[in-house]
Amino acid sequence: MSLKPKFVVGIAVVAAALAYMIYAGVTQSAVYFITPSELSASPLPGKAYRLGGMVEKGSVRWTPATLDLSFSISDGVAKVPVRHHGTPPDLFGEGRGAVVEGKWTAAGYFQATQIMAKHSEEYKAPHDGTKPGYQELMKSLRSAEK
Amino acid sequence: MIPELGYGALVVGVLLALYGAAAAAAGARTGRTALVESAQHAALGVFGLVTAALLLLVYAFLTFDFSVRYVAINTNLETPFYYRITAVWGALEGSIILWSWMLALYTLIVILRHRHNAREFYPWVITVMLSVLAFFLLVMTIPAPPFERLTPVPANGRGLNPLLQDSGMITHPIALYLGFTGFTVPFAFAIAALVTGRVGDRWITLTRRWTIVAWYFLSLGLLIGGWWSYHVLGWGGYWAWDPVENAAFMPWLTGTAFLHSVMIQERRRMLKLWNIGLVTLTFSLTLFGTFLTRSGVIASVHAFTQGSIGAFFLTFLSLVVLTALGLLAWRWDVLGAEGELDSIVSRESAFLLNNVLLIAATFTVFFGTVFPLLSEAARGVKVSVGAPFFNQVNVPLFLGLIFLMGVGPLIAWRRASLDNLRRNFLWPVGIGLAAAAVFFALGVRSAVAGLTLALTIFVATTIAVDYLRARRARRRMGEALMPAMGGLLVRHNRRYGGFVIHLGILVIAVGITGSQAWSLQREATLKRGEAVQIAGYTFRFDGLSARENGNHFLVESVFNVTNGGAGARRMHPAKKFYPQEQSPIAHVDYTLGFVEDLYLVLGDFERDGSQATVKVQVNRMVSWIWIGGLVLTLGAGLAIIPERKKTA
Repeated sequence: MSLKPKFVVGIAVVAAALAYMIYAGVTQSAVYFITPSELSASPLPGKAYRLGGMVEKGSVRWTPATLDLSFSISDGVAKVPVRHHGTPPDLFGEGRGAVVEGKWTAAGYFQATQIMAKHSEEYKAPHDGTKPGYQELMKSLRSAEK
Repeated sequence: MIPELGYGALVVGVLLALYGAAAAAAGARTGRTALVESAQHAALGVFGLVTAALLLLVYAFLTFDFSVRYVAINTNLETPFYYRITAVWGALEGSIILWSWMLALYTLIVILRHRHNAREFYPWVITVMLSVLAFFLLVMTIPAPPFERLTPVPANGRGLNPLLQDSGMITHPIALYLGFTGFTVPFAFAIAALVTGRVGDRWITLTRRWTIVAWYFLSLGLLIGGWWSYHVLGWGGYWAWDPVENAAFMPWLTGTAFLHSVMIQERRRMLKLWNIGLVTLTFSLTLFGTFLTRSGVIASVHAFTQGSIGAFFLTFLSLVVLTALGLLAWRWDVLGAEGELDSIVSRESAFLLNNVLLIAATFTVFFGTVFPLLSEAARGVKVSVGAPFFNQVNVPLFLGLIFLMGVGPLIAWRRASLDNLRRNFLWPVGIGLAAAAVFFALGVRSAVAGLTLALTIFVATTIAVDYLRARRARRRMGEALMPAMGGLLVRHNRRYGGFVIHLGILVIAVGITGSQAWSLQREATLKRGEAVQIAGYTFRFDGLSARENGNHFLVESVFNVTNGGAGARRMHPAKKFYPQEQSPIAHVDYTLGFVEDLYLVLGDFERDGSQATVKVQVNRMVSWIWIGGLVLTLGAGLAIIPERKKTA
């Protein structure tokens, strides 16, 4: 296909604009997937994260009147307190996997904007983050990611 | 016994399909028609075998044959009759069998339709289609066997995922797969064109309607998927840029590009290479989508099963791409353009830009979808980009495409004169600008919403201008008004079918814009008798009731909904408890309206019915998306009417 130079220039301009839009889009909306251990090791307030782990048994406090939900997310090594405003989703529950999206706050808790809960048939509850079961957990959690 | 029969049918099917593919190729090379006829019989045999396998699987579901693993996982004794049939394609193995069956059916239709009118391509088309079919049948004999036995045989199955127990999920996969498999036909013709060296516009003319049909079913599949997401999942949205959605959207984008670029080849004999590349890309993306969603490389909320199937698809995908590239290199010398682009202000140029934008959108979706993989490979950190990324990058591209939708069909070929531009676009541009001012005065402040609406008006006006001018011309020739209208639609059915499809897309665009810009939602915990207000509506919580409801237990709330003085209406958002599930599942209650939908999701509740948490949404203009889908259907129907012989 023989294209005149002006068309080549036109397509190059479109391609450059697209590259810029993609670059800007990625920098603005990149969300890092981290574990409670990783977050505890270097908590950076204000950065967008997806935090994945188990909802700690006995940690869920749900106040219907104010729609406030708080719980801890754990990976067997570290646990992170999470707060959320809104009804817990259908598959959310203690002892189950969840991925929360939001930001770490300077006040020492994770403010979630979205909770993605998932139940996985194959999932086996791990007790120690260093054991192989942990890999299974993370696998099942990462597959809860959008 | 039944499962063994099914497995046997699939194994014989693979062998027969491979034989047919080889026989057709040999027939084409040697010119021996007996071989091609033998391949035809093989194709017929494969269709029979796949049909038998599909029916045997349906039978296994209907008879609760839990000795078959796939049946045990996807159904249980409580599953109602019709969901037992649709459960057949509720998961991977059955989806592949449905896919194969459709492909076999298409192969049969190709044989019936093109046996005589496409002799030069025909044997190679059969070779390609049977090869693809053989691959899918192979998948069912090794990595995803639907008839695999389960021991010990469980007393009851696990049951179909409750979210899939919905009419949307019955029809969505069928439409989607008809779309996916449909693109195999133009792809097969493209390969046949390359092999025979006849890369002119003949293969495009032959597959024109196939392409429209495939494109239409893919569009329909996407829309039904959105409808399912909207009324079942309870988040009030219809599109989440989830990897699974993206996987189906990418071939739609490239298929749309192909649908347009073929017109340039037909008219100006350009873009031969591009068109073959584009249809190959579309076909490859249908395979890639399956690889992406079924291999587990990209996690998705849709959470399908995993296994060695990814490797199978990746291998086949590589084979397809390499074969196509090899053939392109081999035929490089005949792929040159006979015409060339003259001016930037021309129809060719508008179509070309349409293709550039669609490919850019495809790339964006692809990039965003595989980004977590890329970042993990490159930097070892798992980073994903969500909906904001896709929206931010795609919205400008889609706005550009809408603009071109107005320009492309009217602007002159080769080089548009100033007079041509004035004649076609003076009114549309004027009315579009006026509309922008009106929308602004009405209080539309969002730039994207305002621009989309103004562009929509612009495009709609171009269509009106074109239609009215053509009708006036026919009236001057002495035709009566009604025949002139009908005659235009039928005689230029492809052009007007296209226009109607464009109108459908516009209606969908307005629906998406409106729902994004003007929907409202609130969440509240209410004691019995308390109410929440939103957008002039009052939702009063009147208590809960619970009952057995077929295969699940239903906790249903009662809301009294009033809007000012207008009559009250009751709504019943509920929670469904399935015995096989660990958690309840929300059952949305909604009303559909032209301007707004009311959408209620029951959250947490007190067992005594004294209190409930509810999410109330007033979703604006979502119905336009479904209405647009109907318009699209009309347009596609119009476009595939066989073209009449031109009467002098």
